[in-house]
Amino acid sequence: MNLKKNTKTTGELLRKTPSGIQGLDEITEGGLPLGRPTLVCGAAGAGKTLFGVGFIVHGAMDYNEPGVIISFEERAEELETNVASLGFDLKKLQKEKKIFIDHVHVQRNEIEETGEYDLDGLFIRLQHAIDTVGAKRVMLDTIENLFGGLTNDGILRAELRRLFNWLKQIGATTIITAEKGDGTLTRQGLEEYVSDCVILLDHRVENQISTRRLRVVKYRGSIHGTNEYPFLIDENGISVLPVTSLRLENKVSTQRVSSGIPELDEMLGGKGFYKGSSILVSGTAGTGKTSIVATTVNAACNRNERCLFFAFEESPQQIIRNMRSIGLDLQKHVDAGLLVFSATRPTVYGLEMHLVNMHKKIQEYNPKLVIVDPISNLLTTGILGDVKLFLMRLLDYLQSKGITGMFTALNLNSVITEKSDEGVSSLVDAWITVKDIETNGERNKGLYIMKSRGMKHSNRIREFVITDEGLTLVDVFIGPEGVLTGSARESQELLNETGSELRGYALSRNNKAIDRKRKVLESKIAALNEEFDSVRDDLNRVYIEEDLKKDVLEKARKKLIQKRKDNGKNK
Amino acid sequence: MKKKPLHPDSEKSLTADIFVFILFITGASPHSTTAIINLKNICDKYLKGRYKYQVVDVYQQPTIAKDEQLVALPLLIKKAPLPERRCIGDLSDTRKVLQMLGIYAES
Repeated sequence: MNLKKNTKTTGELLRKTPSGIQGLDEITEGGLPLGRPTLVCGAAGAGKTLFGVGFIVHGAMDYNEPGVIISFEERAEELETNVASLGFDLKKLQKEKKIFIDHVHVQRNEIEETGEYDLDGLFIRLQHAIDTVGAKRVMLDTIENLFGGLTNDGILRAELRRLFNWLKQIGATTIITAEKGDGTLTRQGLEEYVSDCVILLDHRVENQISTRRLRVVKYRGSIHGTNEYPFLIDENGISVLPVTSLRLENKVSTQRVSSGIPELDEMLGGKGFYKGSSILVSGTAGTGKTSIVATTVNAACNRNERCLFFAFEESPQQIIRNMRSIGLDLQKHVDAGLLVFSATRPTVYGLEMHLVNMHKKIQEYNPKLVIVDPISNLLTTGILGDVKLFLMRLLDYLQSKGITGMFTALNLNSVITEKSDEGVSSLVDAWITVKDIETNGERNKGLYIMKSRGMKHSNRIREFVITDEGLTLVDVFIGPEGVLTGSARESQELLNETGSELRGYALSRNNKAIDRKRKVLESKIAALNEEFDSVRDDLNRVYIEEDLKKDVLEKARKKLIQKRKDNGKNK
Repeated sequence: MKKKPLHPDSEKSLTADIFVFILFITGASPHSTTAIINLKNICDKYLKGRYKYQVVDVYQQPTIAKDEQLVALPLLIKKAPLPERRCIGDLSDTRKVLQMLGIYAES
């Protein structure tokens, strides 16, 4: 039964009207309830009026929905001046008949109450205002001020109920602002009458620095984000940054950019970082984080890419001087207009304003590479969670613009844990960390790539060496004695060289011995040959002698025979 | 029971000045009609012959609401004698109306 009912109602969803307030429409899945009143409450200075004016102005300018502002606090001129700094030109909009402003002023000491009354005057004024510009949106700025001017609570409440009902009837999307009460959303319990949508603005001070937050307390007939969302007030009015509802739809690039350290590029699959990715460089104090980012900046500037350097620790001059010591001339790039520094103390203002400042600078300068050095210093301005949200928003912004972001972070502990670096490690695309390796009374730096999304990257620890000519990475020596760095590595390398030298020597000695052996054998073979020849000669001589003897004997016998023959004849 | 005059010289002003009122009402609403009747009664009783009043229906002239800073209605403005005073409501609290007019009230 219930299910059936639900499926039926999905066909006629609550209609919404875009608020025009950046980010709010994402939280509320489309904006404020169309033709219904919305209560915006918050303490003094929370930005209620601005919220309302933003709604009206954006309606008039962007959505062709003229609006009426009924102000119970400020006069029209005051309101014009106050919001002019936020880029709202109320005067012009009034002239163009897009906005109607009426200041309702009720002074208690001027008025005596002499019986029953109603707020028809207000109704008539509102009606007149709406008719004049054909308003679709209405803002009642702190209607609770009526309670200060008029004493009869009973009448007021009944009249307010009638007013809100009437506004609903005529289908005006209304914003009603109200001061936050003690323990209640509003001082006069207006939430009782306006129950379609309630938005709470908050202005909290933590560690002496204030952060603005917005929460949708209630939104009847609609799903909505229930978190507290930080918001900021800048020249474009209010912008809410709904961190958790931001869609991850940023375009990505497959283009790679060099880190400026060839060995590091090699570790990153040979090509460096992805363009538009975010890189975290973390490490303990004095491990050369700034040097790494400065090298990358230098490389980017050499490629004629603009860089924006947000320094929270050192002044630009200091960075330039320090980087000169490792052979980087950043001043050249500053002069060429390729590198811009923005150095501020983290405590100068809250995270919100930092974000605003960064947005502004990035928009103005349109860089290809943005450096924040270091993000850990921002911790002084907010609690860890806030900093994480801040960075998330910043990263998102950079990514949406396709800007490569590089951040340095200080590790307080030398042990690298999975949860460190302000918890941003999960946000960034690549994480390089420089770790102290302490051995043999020496402190050396080992560079790791903790992660690098979407590319092959080296799992090796490389020794990170800062020289006068820049940064290089050296292979560490991994042997039976463990990982060796610094002079231990050098001595090991020396030892290796000696070893090879010795081996070479040993080899040559062996060769000689073999040579000698061969020679000995060869000479022996020669001697045996000689002997054989002599034996053969000996044997041959006997044969010859025998032959000779035989020959001689034969000759002698023949002679003898001849002689005998001769003798016989003679006889 | 008689009350002391609210201003020492109110006696004088009572005799000298002409009272000028503007009453803002909204059509024929119950409050409006009550207010008109009450004003007429009070004037007839306390300011006989020394008053002028004008009834303005705000529905007919909506712009006047902004110009005159009207919120709660009915509204009675005493234009003369100075100082200008305003009171809202249907004027059924006679004592308060008289106080505003500077006339000492009788119960």
